[in-house]
Amino acid sequence: MEIINQMKLSFLSVPENEGFARVAVSAFAVQLNPTLDMLADIKTAVSEAVTNAIVHGYENQLGMVQIEAFLWENGVLELNVTDRGKGIPDIKKAMEPFFTTQPEKERSGMGFSVMQTFMDQVDVESKPGEGTCVRMRKRLRGAE
Amino acid sequence: MRHERKGSAVTAFITGELDHFSAQQVRRELDALIAQPGVKTLILDFGEMTFMDSSGIGVILGRYREMRSRGGSVCVRNMNAQVDKVFTLSGLRQVIQII
Ligand SMILES: Nc1ncnc2c1ncn2[C@@H]1O[C@H](COP(=O)(O)OP(=O)(O)OP(=O)(O)O)[C@@H](O)[C@H]1O
Ligand SMILES: [Mg+2]
Repeated sequence: MEIINQMKLSFLSVPENEGFARVAVSAFAVQLNPTLDMLADIKTAVSEAVTNAIVHGYENQLGMVQIEAFLWENGVLELNVTDRGKGIPDIKKAMEPFFTTQPEKERSGMGFSVMQTFMDQVDVESKPGEGTCVRMRKRLRGAE
Repeated sequence: MRHERKGSAVTAFITGELDHFSAQQVRRELDALIAQPGVKTLILDFGEMTFMDSSGIGVILGRYREMRSRGGSVCVRNMNAQVDKVFTLSGLRQVIQII
């Protein structure tokens, strides 16, 4: 399987960049002619992963968030959202619906569930003290 | 935030994107609205909201808990399909009336 396009984006972990990341990734994905619903799904998933990097990974300290995006020739968009923050001690637990380590900040623990519902595949790699990488895939073309 | 008061109900019109970046401000404005004397129902109008993610769920759940603790309620109207998906997933549909 060949990669037909790819990009890499690196930005500071400030909340202003959540909207920037959504728009940038959706502008990149447009070349596969996704439906508006698919684009909205991608924006939402990106927003979840980037917000998690900012509020959990870096806990509102400053660090860099990286997004790598690949378009595969079979019409699949692949996204890797990476931070070098605090990492996740128990990934399985973190991905359970309603699990959150920040209930006092009115977090609902639904971010990973949203990513899993809106994308076809979500995989998380993380090491405490080293950071987290969220890999997501979604087929945008040739689904039939 | 634009709002309308009718009797014991206050309608808040959420505009633009409701994410972690905007959540703080939206939360503050909604809390000021429901602190008005005599407010029993908070109606959230999503007609001009262009985006919402799980940070929005947190804001809505927080206001729901606050209203319920005062014996009031929260309703939502003009919800689009994308927001509906997030709503259904988080179980908000079970506790918040869509009008
Ligand atoms: N990049 C990350 N670095 C460190 N911990 C993370 C990261 N992403 C997620 N987590 C952990 O996983 C938990 C679950 O994440 P999830 O996005 O599902 O919920 P949440 O962010 O707590 O709440 P919500 O997304 O609904 O606002 C978080 O509370 C946090 O403990
Ligand atoms: Mg989250």
